[in-house]
Amino acid sequence: MTFFRDTWIVFTRAMRLALRQPLWVVIGLMQPILYLTLFGPLLQTMAQAPGFPPGDAWQIFVPGLLVQMGIFGGLFVGFGIIAEWRSGVIDRMLVTPASRASIVAGRALRDVVVIIVQGAVLLGCAFLMGLRVPIESVLVGLGLIGILGAAFSCISNAIGLATKSEDALAPLVNSLALPILLLSGILLPMTLAPRWLQILSDFNPFKHIVDALRAVFRGELNSTTVWIGIGLAVLLVIIGGWIGGRTVARQTK
Amino acid sequence: MAGETMIEAKGLKRTYKARGKQIEAVRGIDLSVRQGEIVGFLGPNGAGKTTTLKMLCTLLEPTGGSASVAGSDLRKDPIGVRRKIGYVSQAGSTSPEAIVGEEIVSHARFYGIDKATATKRGQELLEALDLGDVWKRNCGSLSGGQRRRLDIVMGLIHEPALVFLDEPTTGLDPQSRANLWSHIRSLRDKRGTTVFLTTHYMDEADSLSDRILIIDNGTIVAEGTPAELKKRVSGDAITLTLRHEDDAKRAAEIASRLEGSDTPGIEAHVVRLHVPDGGRALPVLLAALTKDGIDAIGVDVNRPTLDDVFLTLTGRSLRD
Repeated sequence: MTFFRDTWIVFTRAMRLALRQPLWVVIGLMQPILYLTLFGPLLQTMAQAPGFPPGDAWQIFVPGLLVQMGIFGGLFVGFGIIAEWRSGVIDRMLVTPASRASIVAGRALRDVVVIIVQGAVLLGCAFLMGLRVPIESVLVGLGLIGILGAAFSCISNAIGLATKSEDALAPLVNSLALPILLLSGILLPMTLAPRWLQILSDFNPFKHIVDALRAVFRGELNSTTVWIGIGLAVLLVIIGGWIGGRTVARQTK
Repeated sequence: MAGETMIEAKGLKRTYKARGKQIEAVRGIDLSVRQGEIVGFLGPNGAGKTTTLKMLCTLLEPTGGSASVAGSDLRKDPIGVRRKIGYVSQAGSTSPEAIVGEEIVSHARFYGIDKATATKRGQELLEALDLGDVWKRNCGSLSGGQRRRLDIVMGLIHEPALVFLDEPTTGLDPQSRANLWSHIRSLRDKRGTTVFLTTHYMDEADSLSDRILIIDNGTIVAEGTPAELKKRVSGDAITLTLRHEDDAKRAAEIASRLEGSDTPGIEAHVVRLHVPDGGRALPVLLAALTKDGIDAIGVDVNRPTLDDVFLTLTGRSLRD
């Protein structure tokens, strides 16, 4: 089984390239920090409004930002694989005996590392602004967004490889991102929504993942909400990994 | 090892489905390549060259036929094939942002080669291809010709017995092309590597290959050494210029008795004909003319180019 060795080779190469082009990492960091500093204070006053779930404003807001980071950190990586395919790198790897799935898995692992580092920086900033959560909640939170990032990285890479066109990937990714964002209560909790919107959002797995992370941040680590959220995230990464592996294998069909 | 078969393909086929229609990109190709040969795969754009090459490299599954490549069965043991072949694609092999040395080492590790061996081998190969000082440079900072040679280094890092080059000199300036040709020749001469290359340049196939396969519309239409192909298909063209139209008529009659000659064409005082071997026919012809007291004032022998070969075989020019 060369899968793990090959994944490591793909990962170290991708990681080196990411560190050499830190602009994307920095942009990825800037966005949540802007949300935190420019949008967070608005929530402070809103948190007292009726309909807001339990917990203080940071405990509600930061989990949403983390999930957003996990999803968006993975969702746009497909552009990178298209560029690499165009410069012949993907075919060059496919003619080696390397495990097919490792070509996506190694890249996803790089994205997971980047996302967890970004998440840690975000949590550090949030701590400075007043977020107080137990350390085990922080670790569960980072683990959860890592899983989400892996799932979306695999899916985005799969779409990139299947379409081989930025013009196709961009609208596809955006049409995935917008409903996920709006129906998951990432920015504002869905408890504020009218009944029909709440029902609609119940069908969005990411709403449950955000709910789970909010519960984790309230310190309710061993609750049904948390297990549902983690279960959904694991399910997503399995589906994403399967799609990713299959797409690479189909490259030579 | 000499004479051992490197590639043996039978009825290799590839059909695509596009908008419900079956498109036959490759319609059943038989070919065999011996160890140590440089074989040129020549054809116009869209003839099926790259599709065939990708099938032989395990990058595309054939929809029909079978092949054995570097001793492994293409369908049953693609990983065995991958271990033994190198492939240099038209698209390149490296990311412009990556460092040359890192790309080489990382690529070598897919073949289970350790870092130290990969570094040593990579530097030797770069040196051999006149790229001695690029180890620490960005791939994107190399010139087109350097980048293409780097692609070849990448394709050779695991010392494959057989290497596939897809349009190796497309987009290069004449000097870089000539330079790359000499590197490709020395691959075979110094390392005994078997080379299978595709090209749509006649001069490239002509000057580089021991043997040429001509592909058109998904099938192989001719095969042979460059000299054989030229001789077999069109022969050499002889153009005689004489003093008078009378002389021309008599000269045409004499020329038509040459071995293997076609019917000479007469245009005023110029006679044109084709013979299998112009170099051999010319002294015979001139002697015969002198004997009959005919004085030729000009004579031209034109050897056919592979372009002529292609034109004769397919009715189309390669440049179309």
